[in-house]
Amino acid sequence: MADHLPILEVKDLHTHFFTKAGTVKAVDGVSFSVKPGETLGIVGESGSGKSITAMSVMKLVPSPPGKIVSGDIRFNGESLLLKKEKEMRKIRGKDISMIFQDPMTSLNPVFSVEKQMMETILTHENMNKQQARNRAIELLDLVGIPDAAKRLKNYPHEFSGGMRQRVMIAMALACNPKVLIADEPTTALDVTIQAQILDLLKKLQQELGMAIIMITHDLGVVAEVCDRVMVMYAGKPVEFSSVKELFDHPKHPYTWGLLSSIPQIHNRKERLEAIKGLPPDLRDLAKGCSFAPRCTHVKEECLTKDPALLEDETDHFVRCLLYEQEEKVIIHE
Amino acid sequence: MSELLRVQNLKKHFPIYKGAVFPKKTGAVQAVDGISLTVNKGETLGLVGESGCGKSTAGRTILKLLDPTEGQIIYKGQDITNVKGEELRKLRKEMQLIFQDPYASLNPRKTIEQTVTEPMKIFGMSKEKRQQKLDRLLEVVGLDTYHKYRYPHEFSGGQRQRIGIARALALDPELIICDEPVSALDVSIQAQVINLMEDLQKEFNLTYIFIAHDLSVVHHISDRVAVMYLGEIVEIGEVEELYGDPKHPYTKALLSSIPEARPVEKRERIMLQGDLPSPSNPPQGCKFHTRCPWAEDICKQKKPVLKQVPGAEHQVACHLVKEVVEETEPTPV
Ligand SMILES: Nc1ncnc2c1ncn2[C@@H]1O[C@H](COP(=O)(O)OP(=O)(O)OP(=O)(O)O)[C@@H](O)[C@H]1O
Ligand SMILES: Nc1ncnc2c1ncn2[C@@H]1O[C@H](COP(=O)(O)OP(=O)(O)OP(=O)(O)O)[C@@H](O)[C@H]1O
Ligand SMILES: [Mg+2]
Ligand SMILES: [Mg+2]
Repeated sequence: MADHLPILEVKDLHTHFFTKAGTVKAVDGVSFSVKPGETLGIVGESGSGKSITAMSVMKLVPSPPGKIVSGDIRFNGESLLLKKEKEMRKIRGKDISMIFQDPMTSLNPVFSVEKQMMETILTHENMNKQQARNRAIELLDLVGIPDAAKRLKNYPHEFSGGMRQRVMIAMALACNPKVLIADEPTTALDVTIQAQILDLLKKLQQELGMAIIMITHDLGVVAEVCDRVMVMYAGKPVEFSSVKELFDHPKHPYTWGLLSSIPQIHNRKERLEAIKGLPPDLRDLAKGCSFAPRCTHVKEECLTKDPALLEDETDHFVRCLLYEQEEKVIIHE
Repeated sequence: MSELLRVQNLKKHFPIYKGAVFPKKTGAVQAVDGISLTVNKGETLGLVGESGCGKSTAGRTILKLLDPTEGQIIYKGQDITNVKGEELRKLRKEMQLIFQDPYASLNPRKTIEQTVTEPMKIFGMSKEKRQQKLDRLLEVVGLDTYHKYRYPHEFSGGQRQRIGIARALALDPELIICDEPVSALDVSIQAQVINLMEDLQKEFNLTYIFIAHDLSVVHHISDRVAVMYLGEIVEIGEVEELYGDPKHPYTKALLSSIPEARPVEKRERIMLQGDLPSPSNPPQGCKFHTRCPWAEDICKQKKPVLKQVPGAEHQVACHLVKEVVEETEPTPV
């Protein structure tokens, strides 16, 4: 896979919301790229800008109040920011498709699932209605909805939470996209179906060379399917590395906090560990590291100096002053 | 320990109609198909099972948000199966639901302040009290108070979920049915919310029914766990007992599929064959037999009932319990 060029590149993206109460810097300097056949995981604090990063790639950030204020997003070498809405409509669902975190954003409650799925398929594929219907049934089957032909006639509210999520997955896969952005695609699924869906995605990825961006808070899912992972905090990547590196040698104190918050069946604790304090107010981020007020390793300079994203020899990036001088590199076990 | 809630042979069927002009009832989705359980005051009952098996429907029926098709709901010794009007309104204050889909359950035209304080107003709390309570609730769910004047669409998925939790806690309920309350939260905030729920439980002797597909979370928070399959409870027991020595083949498959960030031991994953059967036409006999790796003739003919496991707080509905135990794992001494 190494000789492939990235299919999607995001460079120094800044997406802000201009609200009455002030400017919310939801995404504040995010860069990454994915190659065909590769899976990139994005994890991080709730509210840290993961979904807005994804929505920016789709150019679906509600505007106003939202706006991509700077940076670039390139698909197959072409800048999406220069594309008109009409061109974007051809790309969405076909070249780049997204499984939305909130099922109701992409499912319309007043239309049957059949109507919605067929519309997606007919827009992008050269098929007649019968073929499109068959394709829709095949897709629902693939994601494990029993009795697919019958269930196709149902309305979204007649499905359970996890079934709605699978309907969305089916819709996102309908046209064999080159890039699939999956925003918390398995939160409503039980583990057996989650395992099936993850297998399905891996299989399609191998067959079609699809690139996947997997946004999830489930670190088990990350370990299972991702090649590389980006950890976000307050609109910025704070750590970026291969999955193995991240679990074996996490560097950022926020990542340490995350990893120790996971409840473990083999080691039940009276109380779960949580990172102390509140997530920062994204309207007026203070100078210095955004995580400093909650950090267990905070130093005086953390409050005044913006840390840069530093790289080591293993392609492991971290944004933290603890690593400014190389000899000081500490690794948390 | 005193009993707070008892559910007897509860059923909820959704009719299926055919024909647009003169719709005729042609069948029913047997979403909940005869469940019986008790919940004691101050305890947490975990409810797990495959997506679409009827967990949310069970929760909503117990809270009388849906009318039961059959069966009884006894709350504090009183049969509430058919209560209506003022009496039901009073009950609603004591029994709350944290909705699975936070976006769908929040009114898009109301600010967070309105959403959370409105129920307090209906039950006659003074303005000053309401504000104090709101601030405290937001703090405990990890939302800065500047969020109060914002609308649901301005929040991230996990932030919305926390608003739903704050709202459910607003009236100091006695029983809360939590339907996937932490599924959209990163592990650190998840830990914070779970710690909070445990603190509140201790302080006010709250009772929870906790629906989730994250089996580590369920393990952490529950005293007892019930496993559902196609509208029925197939196994129920004390949490360590059930996780340590699962008896039902479905429970075993479920527990073997948990993805873990740092697997402690290599496990053999039991992959279920076949699809979840349709709840409108469930299999005869044991509903699980079509996917059970150990199914025998009797399983196709006779429906198993919940039976006591000797010497433990543990019940299971499976014809083959002894055989299965012997075949898969030689009993450790
Ligand atoms: N329309 C809006 N107006 C103002 N702020 C917004 C708006 N939409 C999102 N935000 C803010 O932008 C930030 C990033 O939101 P985003 O949805 O990307 O978070 P996330 O990382 O996906 O979180 P989660 O894990 O909870 O889904 C949040 O703090 C949110 O409150
Ligand atoms: N209003 C409705 N009309 C028809 N069928 C319904 C309705 N609500 C739920 N169902 C069906 O009842 C079954 C059980 O749904 P329910 O939402 O209780 O599942 P669940 O166990 O909560 O699943 P999940 O884990 O996916 O949320 C599903 O087959 C669903 O499609
Ligand atoms: Mg999100
Ligand atoms: Mg549900």
